[in-house]
Amino acid sequence: MVSIAPALPKTRGGAFLLEDRRPDEIFTPEDFTEEHHAVAKATDEFWTEEIAPNLDAIQHQEPGVAARILRKSAELGLTAVVVPERYGGMEMDLVSAMIVAEGVARDGSYAAWHGAHSGIGTLPLLLFGTEEQKQKYLTKLCSGEMIGAYCLTEAHAGSDALAARCRADLSEDGASYVLNGQKMWITNAGAADLFTVFAKIGGEQFSAFLVERSWPGVTIGAEEKKMGIKGSSTCAVYFDNVRVPAENLLGEIGRGHIIAFNILNYGRLKLGPFAAGGAKQVLAESLKYARERVAFGHPIADFGLIRHKLAEMAIRLFAAESMIYRVAGLIEAHLGGAGWNQPDAAQRELKAVEEFAAECSYVKIFASEMLDYVADEGVQIHGGYGYHQDYLVERAYRDSRINRIFEGTNEINRMLATGLLLKRAQRGQLPLVEAVKRLQSEILSGSSINGSADDAALVSNAKKAALLVLGAAYQRFLTDLAEQQEILAGITDISMNAFAAESVLLRARKANSELALKMASVFVREVMELIETTARTLLAACSEGDNLRLNLAVLRRFTRFEPVNAIELRRQIAIRLLATGRYAVA
Amino acid sequence: MKIVVAVKQVPARDSQLRLAADGRWIDDSELSFEINEPDAYALEEALQLKEKKGGEVIVLCAGPARAATSIREALAKGADRAIHIEEDKLESVDTLGVARLLAKAIEAEKPDLVLTGLQSDDLGYGQTGVVLGELLGLPHATIVMQVELDEAEVRVKRELEGGWFQYVTMPLPAVLTIQSGINKLRYATLMGIKKAKSKPVQNLSIAQLGGLPVPVAERTRVYLPERSKQTELIPGEPREAAAKLVEKLRFEARVI
Ligand SMILES: Cc1cc2nc3c(=O)[nH]c(=O)nc-3n(C[C@H](O)[C@H](O)[C@H](O)COP(=O)(O)OP(=O)(O)OC[C@H]3O[C@@H](n4cnc5c(N)ncnc54)[C@H](O)[C@@H]3O)c2cc1C
Repeated sequence: MVSIAPALPKTRGGAFLLEDRRPDEIFTPEDFTEEHHAVAKATDEFWTEEIAPNLDAIQHQEPGVAARILRKSAELGLTAVVVPERYGGMEMDLVSAMIVAEGVARDGSYAAWHGAHSGIGTLPLLLFGTEEQKQKYLTKLCSGEMIGAYCLTEAHAGSDALAARCRADLSEDGASYVLNGQKMWITNAGAADLFTVFAKIGGEQFSAFLVERSWPGVTIGAEEKKMGIKGSSTCAVYFDNVRVPAENLLGEIGRGHIIAFNILNYGRLKLGPFAAGGAKQVLAESLKYARERVAFGHPIADFGLIRHKLAEMAIRLFAAESMIYRVAGLIEAHLGGAGWNQPDAAQRELKAVEEFAAECSYVKIFASEMLDYVADEGVQIHGGYGYHQDYLVERAYRDSRINRIFEGTNEINRMLATGLLLKRAQRGQLPLVEAVKRLQSEILSGSSINGSADDAALVSNAKKAALLVLGAAYQRFLTDLAEQQEILAGITDISMNAFAAESVLLRARKANSELALKMASVFVREVMELIETTARTLLAACSEGDNLRLNLAVLRRFTRFEPVNAIELRRQIAIRLLATGRYAVA
Repeated sequence: MKIVVAVKQVPARDSQLRLAADGRWIDDSELSFEINEPDAYALEEALQLKEKKGGEVIVLCAGPARAATSIREALAKGADRAIHIEEDKLESVDTLGVARLLAKAIEAEKPDLVLTGLQSDDLGYGQTGVVLGELLGLPHATIVMQVELDEAEVRVKRELEGGWFQYVTMPLPAVLTIQSGINKLRYATLMGIKKAKSKPVQNLSIAQLGGLPVPVAERTRVYLPERSKQTELIPGEPREAAAKLVEKLRFEARVI
């Protein structure tokens, strides 16, 4: 594998708020290697030949169909992209894993099968397993001999996962744990052979265990009747005095939360390509439908309001995609091309992903909301037919909704992301306070306050708006800020959108295509408007009187811009998309 | 057993085609490309023969730099090495010219068998394999549905028209043009993709093969199917008009 790392600067999580980047300093799909393209093609073929013809069977949970496809994809290496070769994996980079995820995610149900197996089902073992555990189980997960699932959530412990009641007690001879309790909402449960189960040893020490389905005392509940991703398997899993050999303890006693939280970071990033893959499918269907459907003597693709939708769908997809691959690049750069041969490889992987946990949350939030938007407008473009089960968009609309709920709800992610940056700042790992102070003195001297028409200046001002609000919020609430949910979430919205805008603009400049630059022009300004509204609300909660008036005056200068003719640009974007019939940026 | 498979890179099947400005070919600036479908079956056949008999599969491709992706794909599926005749101006070369280039490259390899698709999805001439056989002075068979190898000969099943088949046995080396659908295509595995990177690809320039062949046939115009509609009213008594109509349908329109 040629590493993409050497070409990229090694940076810190959250540093994007403080530093400006050049197009060549972020990774984008334009940087895909020949191998990345080959992986995309192989995945595409698998989708077309194996998944697409079986979508109805998957949707209706015809026994064994999805599991069979999943096993087959394992034979091709699609489920063990990053796993080292010595366990039967492909030992490719994170970008390749993202590409595969996008390629199989065109159906929400199948995406869940793939994600639960290759992500949360495999990664705990890869990153925390002992050599014996990996030889015994990881090899089988990679080959598809075993299907994996991940049991964290319980009926009474979802977001608050550490409130789990499942317990494990060491047997008298010390040879095994006795596992009791019940897990809820377990993806792949219907077919999984191996479960990573979180339980408290002695009711106290949160820990993880590798549990085989076939062991006495393990029972799987009935399939849940869900709103969407109906073709995925979701069941409760019950453990009744299950004897788990002591060597199946995963990781350290009492350190289960480390596993849970780290795996969530991966899951959040991975949700990005899942959403992007789904959105591409919906956009392609919508483009096709818009060209074919005639109303008032014209294809509806001729109408401005339909073009607006198509363009906006593509713009947000472009933004999500730009963020996803940028973050994958950030992580790769942090790893610096280190492979799996070093003894501390797993530690490094974890550190690299954890470093960018806030960015992973941005990807999760932005991509899930992007897909909701795209699916919703996809239905609208299809009119009444979009409301009928014969049309893909109807399913996509229902399937999309789960993404804002699992892998940490978007609320939890909104609080986490900013909370994390604040914690880093307090620990002196991220010079946020210094940056805020610098900004404040710049403001007083009047030097940095420049509204501008230039896209790059806008991005830079978006970040300054984030710092302005951060500073005001911190001054007002000090350490109590961590309890101010609305403010944390608002700051996340501003920072996330600044990150999105920068990713979009840098990518557009790199791609240097007319279409991408137009999308960037529209998007950056949309973001500025959103940031202004959000920041105004936050500033009003963080300051008052003269202080508030000063803050608002500064904000107005940061978010002031000359509008472009976004209506015309969106029309042109849509016309271009309609001409090629698919989402392609070049 | 040494097998050369000649593959061509063509526009992807679902492409929306636009004509080039000069009206002689399509505008390929925004297309995506793939291995010509019958060639993919030829490759699969070669790989299966190799699995049965041992030996080596060599992919041969004449095309511009972008064809490298199709070559890597063939290597990822299991071909052992590749020869890329890299040339941007092949559009101006006719079938005979391309076959000449391929033949030159093949002669150096002295293979036991040469496989290719029965036609290309873009031009659809169905000539390259046949001309290649002729240039190499080897026996050939077209539209091959099945291949059975022996030590010194090969028995093939050819598709004729109207559901008829022909069985032909011929000595090796031979050139076969393969029909789509004769086997089940394998997928490129990710491991295959990884390994493909280290498989040798020999780049041959046109100069090394004696320069760009001068075409003897020229494509002067490419156009989308033209729709035309003619309406003719046949006057007269119903009986006579009907007779006239039948005559026209039978001899002019030739639909009855
Ligand atoms: C289809 C499906 C598949 C799933 N697959 C898996 C799986 O494979 N493995 C697994 O372990 N779990 C799985 N889950 C569980 C999923 O991760 C949880 O549903 C999710 O974490 C939310 O937990 P909850 O449902 O208990 O909601 P709650 O935690 O009860 O949340 C309810 C609401 O309150 C909000 N909220 C919660 N806490 C706070 C707070 N502190 N501040 C502000 N707002 C808050 C939430 O954002 C949400 O809006 C799956 C769920 C579904 C529906």
